[in-house]
Amino acid sequence: MAEQDIELTGWRKWFAGIGDQGVFFGRFLRNIFAGGFEWSEFVRQCYEIGYRSVMLVGITSFIMGAVLILQLRPSLASFGQEGMLPKTLTVSLIREIGPVITALICAGKIASSIGAELGSMKVTEQIDAMEVSGANPVQYLVVTRIIAATLMIPLLSLIGDVIGLFGGFLAININDHVSGVLYFHKCLASIDFTDFLPAFVKTIFFGLAIGFVGCYKGYNSNRGTESVGLAANSAVVTASLWIFVIDAIAVQITSILFYH
Amino acid sequence: MEEVKELKKKTSEKKAEVVIVIKGLKKSFGKKEVLKNINLEVHKGENVVILGKSGEGKSVTIQCIVGLLIPDAGSLKVLGEEVTEMTEKELKEMRTRIGFLFQGAALYDSMTVRENLEFPLTRVLKIKDQHEIDQRIDEVLEGVGLKDAIDKWPSDLSGGMRKRIGLARTLIVKPEIMLYDEPTTGLDPITSREISELIMNMQKRYKTTSIIITHDMECARITADRMVIMNDGEYIAEGSYKELEKSADKLVRSFFNETI
Repeated sequence: MAEQDIELTGWRKWFAGIGDQGVFFGRFLRNIFAGGFEWSEFVRQCYEIGYRSVMLVGITSFIMGAVLILQLRPSLASFGQEGMLPKTLTVSLIREIGPVITALICAGKIASSIGAELGSMKVTEQIDAMEVSGANPVQYLVVTRIIAATLMIPLLSLIGDVIGLFGGFLAININDHVSGVLYFHKCLASIDFTDFLPAFVKTIFFGLAIGFVGCYKGYNSNRGTESVGLAANSAVVTASLWIFVIDAIAVQITSILFYH
Repeated sequence: MEEVKELKKKTSEKKAEVVIVIKGLKKSFGKKEVLKNINLEVHKGENVVILGKSGEGKSVTIQCIVGLLIPDAGSLKVLGEEVTEMTEKELKEMRTRIGFLFQGAALYDSMTVRENLEFPLTRVLKIKDQHEIDQRIDEVLEGVGLKDAIDKWPSDLSGGMRKRIGLARTLIVKPEIMLYDEPTTGLDPITSREISELIMNMQKRYKTTSIIITHDMECARITADRMVIMNDGEYIAEGSYKELEKSADKLVRSFFNETI
């Protein structure tokens, strides 16, 4: 029964942190199937995470699409391949840049906001109040946020991809005159299922990482106002790192499965 | 006549019923021994005030009672059950019988007052009948004198109002035991007195057993049936307000002279 608080340092602390995250993830998984899913809070989180991020993701993707075309043009023009611009943009946007940029933006916006919100709830004893009342704070706060992020990030990524193509269309028409029908026909003709599916699947993992890291950092923040800022900051940094790690693994798996 | 004797006997037995028994409770944080050897019995319907300097670990005792903290050693029986040996499910069930008023009231700031009050009813007691929910909310809000605040947000409430709503939220589930963590801290003397009187009124109305952690002597005077004074991780004195006021012990007297 007796559980002493042991102060760990160095790599022991790092391993303890990994173990702690594993336990927290286990609690999250157990509570998904524990019954009494918090539908109203889940819908609210989908609105907060999804709908309220559309504008930011949309603007960023639009600019990204336009910038990519402007950057690609001189390179492709040097060997007379301006006609390849829609294809190059679509493949790079759908396969890699769209999902990663959307995920990084969401790591900054959503992971930090979840981390700060739960961290603040921890500091003001709201999470303890839920726990001592006999309610289940993991089910109400953690499960809803992680699942909402896991579902909303792929949707945001899809929206970002489409808006990015519109940005590219605008940029192409700065120098040339290309009809919308021709441009989008070329875009769609240049990708197939093997471009879209792996990218979509990895955005699900990006969403899971963003939701999980935000919740873990906030839920386990220390007491004191400083820890709220630390939780938010640490959530962004860790979630961004996870996005690159997941991306690297996803690209390897995709190469083995589809491009060999 | 025999019946009257029997009734009196039953009443005295009832009065003597012990609901909280703490024996040899110890708790350390790192190298700091916060609770060294805590022994306490709380009888049904009794108001026990724990008095002590800030940072003495008064709150740690009640956090151990609800299982928020795990003691290092000792026995802790609440409503006849050993808390230190409870499973997660048993702990959750026990918590539904205990109310905990946090120092800062710990209102859920993303919910209105109505939603704050609905939360334990729908999540803990699983009440689905909206009529019963409304009736209970009206009853507790009337009790704390804040019927008009029902649709307000916690951020719109003053410190005293937050405490009242916090009290209403804990009382709405009709707990058998109430634990108050510094209920008057941060309030002006008039509001402090109002909150102390409210605690007494609510105790009479809901017939709860209470432990009140405080260093506010006025609150202790109004609410205490019995007081224990804590110093250096141990209870050093016990008695009624009047008894302790006349104590020869220098430290005990210093609380009454308000020199600490």
